[in-house]
Amino acid sequence: MPQVSLTVNGKQHTVEVEGRTLLVELLREKLRLTGTHVGCDTSQCGACVVHVDGESVKSCTTLAVMCDGASVTTIEGLAKPDGTLHPMQEAFREYHALQCGFCTPGMVMSAVDLVAKNPQGLSEKEIREGLEGNLCRCTGYHNIVKAIAAAQDVMHGKRETVAAAAE
Amino acid sequence: MYDFAYHKPSSVADAVKLLAADPDAKAVSGGHTLLPALKHRLNKPSSLVDLSGIAEMRGVRREGNALIIGALTRHHEVANSEEVKSAIPALAYMAQHIGDQQVRNRGTLGGSVSNNDPAADYPAAVLGLGATIHTSKRKIAADDFFLGMFTTALEHDEILVAVEFPIPEKAGYAKMRNPASRYVMAGAFVSKGPKGVRVAINGAAACVFRQSEMEAALSSNWSADAVAGIKQPADDLNSDIHGSAEYRAHLVTVMAKRAVAAAG
Amino acid sequence: MNVVTPFEGIGASVKRKEDLRFLSGRGQYTDDINRPGQAHAYILRSPHAHARIKGVDTAAAAAMPGVAAIYTSADLAAIGGIPCGWQIHNKDGTPMAEPKHPVLAEGKVRHVGDPVAVVVAETRQQARDAAEHIHVDYEVLPASVTMAQAQAPGAPAVHDDNPSNLCYDWHIGDKAATDAAFAAAAHTVVFETTNNRLVPNAMEPRAAIGDYDTTTGEHTLYTTSQNPHVIRLLMGAFVLQIPESKLRVVAPDVGGGFGSKIYHYAEEAIVTWAAAKLGRPVKWTADRSESFMSDAHGRDHISRAELALDAEGKFLGLRVHTQANMGAYLSTFAPCVPTYLYATLLAGVYSTPAIYAEVKAVFTNTVPVDAYRGAGRPEATYLLERLVDVAAKQTGFDKVELRRRNFIPTDAFPYQTPVALQYDSGDYFSTLEQALETAGWATFEQRRAEAKARGRLRGIGISTYLEACGIAPSAVVGSLGARAGLYEVGTIRVHPTGSVTVLTGTHSHGQGHETTFAQLIADKLGVSIANVDIVHGDTAKIPFGMGTYGSRSLAVGGSAMDKAMDKIIAKGKRIAAHLMEASVEDVEFERGTFRVAGTDKTKSLTDISLAAYVPHNYPIDEIEPGLEETAFYDPKNFTYPGGCHIAEVEIEIETGEVRMVNFTAVDDVGRVINPMIVEGQVQGGVAQGIGQALLEGCVYDSHGQLISASMMDYTMPRADDLAPVSVATHTTLCTHNPLGVKGCGEVGAIGSPPAVINAVVDALRDYDISHVEMPATQEKIWSIIHGKR
Repeated sequence: MPQVSLTVNGKQHTVEVEGRTLLVELLREKLRLTGTHVGCDTSQCGACVVHVDGESVKSCTTLAVMCDGASVTTIEGLAKPDGTLHPMQEAFREYHALQCGFCTPGMVMSAVDLVAKNPQGLSEKEIREGLEGNLCRCTGYHNIVKAIAAAQDVMHGKRETVAAAAE
Repeated sequence: MYDFAYHKPSSVADAVKLLAADPDAKAVSGGHTLLPALKHRLNKPSSLVDLSGIAEMRGVRREGNALIIGALTRHHEVANSEEVKSAIPALAYMAQHIGDQQVRNRGTLGGSVSNNDPAADYPAAVLGLGATIHTSKRKIAADDFFLGMFTTALEHDEILVAVEFPIPEKAGYAKMRNPASRYVMAGAFVSKGPKGVRVAINGAAACVFRQSEMEAALSSNWSADAVAGIKQPADDLNSDIHGSAEYRAHLVTVMAKRAVAAAG
Repeated sequence: MNVVTPFEGIGASVKRKEDLRFLSGRGQYTDDINRPGQAHAYILRSPHAHARIKGVDTAAAAAMPGVAAIYTSADLAAIGGIPCGWQIHNKDGTPMAEPKHPVLAEGKVRHVGDPVAVVVAETRQQARDAAEHIHVDYEVLPASVTMAQAQAPGAPAVHDDNPSNLCYDWHIGDKAATDAAFAAAAHTVVFETTNNRLVPNAMEPRAAIGDYDTTTGEHTLYTTSQNPHVIRLLMGAFVLQIPESKLRVVAPDVGGGFGSKIYHYAEEAIVTWAAAKLGRPVKWTADRSESFMSDAHGRDHISRAELALDAEGKFLGLRVHTQANMGAYLSTFAPCVPTYLYATLLAGVYSTPAIYAEVKAVFTNTVPVDAYRGAGRPEATYLLERLVDVAAKQTGFDKVELRRRNFIPTDAFPYQTPVALQYDSGDYFSTLEQALETAGWATFEQRRAEAKARGRLRGIGISTYLEACGIAPSAVVGSLGARAGLYEVGTIRVHPTGSVTVLTGTHSHGQGHETTFAQLIADKLGVSIANVDIVHGDTAKIPFGMGTYGSRSLAVGGSAMDKAMDKIIAKGKRIAAHLMEASVEDVEFERGTFRVAGTDKTKSLTDISLAAYVPHNYPIDEIEPGLEETAFYDPKNFTYPGGCHIAEVEIEIETGEVRMVNFTAVDDVGRVINPMIVEGQVQGGVAQGIGQALLEGCVYDSHGQLISASMMDYTMPRADDLAPVSVATHTTLCTHNPLGVKGCGEVGAIGSPPAVINAVVDALRDYDISHVEMPATQEKIWSIIHGKR
């Protein structure tokens, strides 16, 4: 069986997998990082989004073997080691941008990449378009859009906290 | 997914050898078209040859009046390449609107073009710009490359290495997406340049095709109005729950108009 | 609306307690659970809509790597079928047809996705690999795919012993009075429509894990359920014959339900049974494609409605004929959805004096249909609110004025409708006026003209609606055919140091109960929500419960907690009276403090709880130690949220694309506990309503193949399909529950679809049409604009 060595949330792992093992299966079943979810089988829903070498990726559409040598960040690794939430996590809580929580990890990971890739700042319309790869059935997205708008100001250093942005 | 052997060669030559050795092998790069098919067990390759480690297949460079884009270049890279944005902004625009952010982060030019999904974006740009496909064996004109649904001129042990896009005077792209899958339901890539006036239509039929009536009209009058009255026959177009052939035919005209308007 | 008050009780937009675990990936959903030694099940499903099973050969599959067992219906001969929880009676008093719903198909498959065999193997992939080597010999039969096909003479019988394919033929209301109303009418209006079939698509696919302790004989089922006690009851009593004491059902974090996770599904019984058979845990998790063909679908009605009006526009009578698709089998609540959750709603917010409705429920070779967010009430509301718009157009009355003229007057409550329900409270005039104001109804024509200049057709649509939720008094639902009571259970456990654990029989799968319920406790007992833990979803921990659906958790479950808190306070007063040497009658309690009336003598709740658990100075002969109380609350009536929704859309003339540009919701959901959560519930419900109106539709082909079988083909609303939703509330209190609450989970999905379609039809006012069926897809609209219909 192929072996994969990769860094996940800063920790080095070497794992035996099948060729067909998906990255999400490696994370959930081998490393027991169950924060990354699977919501569909057609690469539509984005519940499985993680960062591979800093970019958002659908881990249900990526083979584990393709990630040999890669650095992966999952929702479990987004907060600081002391537990301080990432501004995007903080904003989701502040704006009630989650209900059942199932799409949330993928939504947050996508949103972090979306904001990071657009340092010029995103309009409401652009945020909505930027979420094309993530489905949520609970919130109607409205509060998710608001949360991302607030978090981008913090991530781009325009505001101190998401709560301040909420003013 | 059925299991398979996995190979990750570091040169085109090695990749070709691996493909030649296994008639049931498949090449893969970003995996965003192949893996969904494998997950539904629609395909049973005995081995996957992962091209993503081949450095010579990456990157964007300008040679004379053409852009040469390596097959492994990801959509996100094409969309944000200063070279592409200044030489063929319509191509950057198209890349920026493929799938979603995660697809653009992983999906590659070569994967999209060699898969030739009728609802994919890239084939329209390749045909619409009159690009030339560079493979491990030869160069193939776009007009000779796309043979039918999911079918191209590539042989089993032939790898798409790069695509050479002639730089047009003007080019534009517009598409209507399928509301569910967000793949292309009807799209048009138009250009005017060294290869003359070209109009490539994607999403609407089994394979990307050139709309010669629109090309003729635009050759004498490059304006959205010139194509507004041209009706695409619906006979051979796709039909599904989101768009009948008749509706797609209508959209072809609308998208062509919009693409010309976008080209300026 | 994110107003944070310093107080964390009723009315405060408290941030959710559950968010931290979900935001850091520490939620625990069923598929996140792994039991030691677990095997994996894969379900082989029918590829045909209707076929006879002539044989199943599992030999080759059994020899595949990793296979532990393969089961077919022959192996399950000793277990029961999946029960239906509601029995409807026909017009003639006979009971509905109730065909057996086997766990695995017996002799015939009746819809694409009907489970045929189960493979249990070491890994999921191995189970699936092996399933491909099971050979099922099918004799494909013609299928009854649509309700029209199923009712045609000589139609293929979904169940061989029921050639009519009729489940029931039911009615409600006064036919003679309604006929008389039509005879006297100045205007009569007819409207026919199909309420599109939907696929719920909660983001978490269903999953189930069976576990069995060979030493104690105890079964545990972990499942994606909205109501674990109901599953224990249905599966334990009717399918597997396991006593409650030996069957634990755990519904951990659940990723959305919207009704689809109420029902007892075959896979739950399969893993529970197989785990005991194999002596090891067995896990099953659905792929999304499997969800499409195995989760109960929603809606799917065909209706004809007629309205009689007098010359002044007063509604005189309403006549409705509805056919409701049941699919191939009766899912748990299916029969009550198009009857008692639908036809009883046909009065809506109007004082129509005579109503008569007939409903035929029909079996077809499709996935079973059951309650989906709103359940019957969206179908009734859509029919009625489109009918009123059609009536306005036909008679020339202004559509807002026509509604106003027929509203039940604000002073007419309690109001008895002609279709069984008695509304306790409401104020439809205020929600209407507030919504008209917020939406800028009066200035719409300017926006329409401005849009026209941009090549767009702009339309505005209104819906004034009401719904009945908080289901419901047990005696009433029992008389209507329910096979269960619909009370709720709450236990308040005050610990020695004054912190509180609440056990509730409701289940939270997105609603934020861990926060809202803690606010109830904070408000009444004065305990900080940080010191209140809400426990739900485990039959081993919770005394009993009927679960979460029909917007009942707060109205029924919250009321049970309130009653239990009353008992805590009553006992606390007795202990306090002893400690403060006062008479019980003189002890008052307010937010955590017991006080002897008129004095400054006080004891805190913590003083009392400590005394209760360390009863040194304690009236031990009169009062038991401890401070824990349980209440079962059986509601006295449904609750009746209502309000006004206004949608504004723009249509791209060239392509027919419909874009939401504005949505206003003003809802009366009774007392609001957490405004932030209410706003979120309404926004989410409206998104599903807009989805139904514009995007979503389940499509079968003529052979019964599911065409919209994945998210590639079934249009799920995305962020850029939707527009901001303005949400406001206007409260009238529920008069019969102690909290005055009504429920907010479904109003968004109930009120919005007719508002959206009314807006689409309004946008197309220059074209010769009176209606657009849902979903109003771009091609449909383009066909209307370009005369292609």
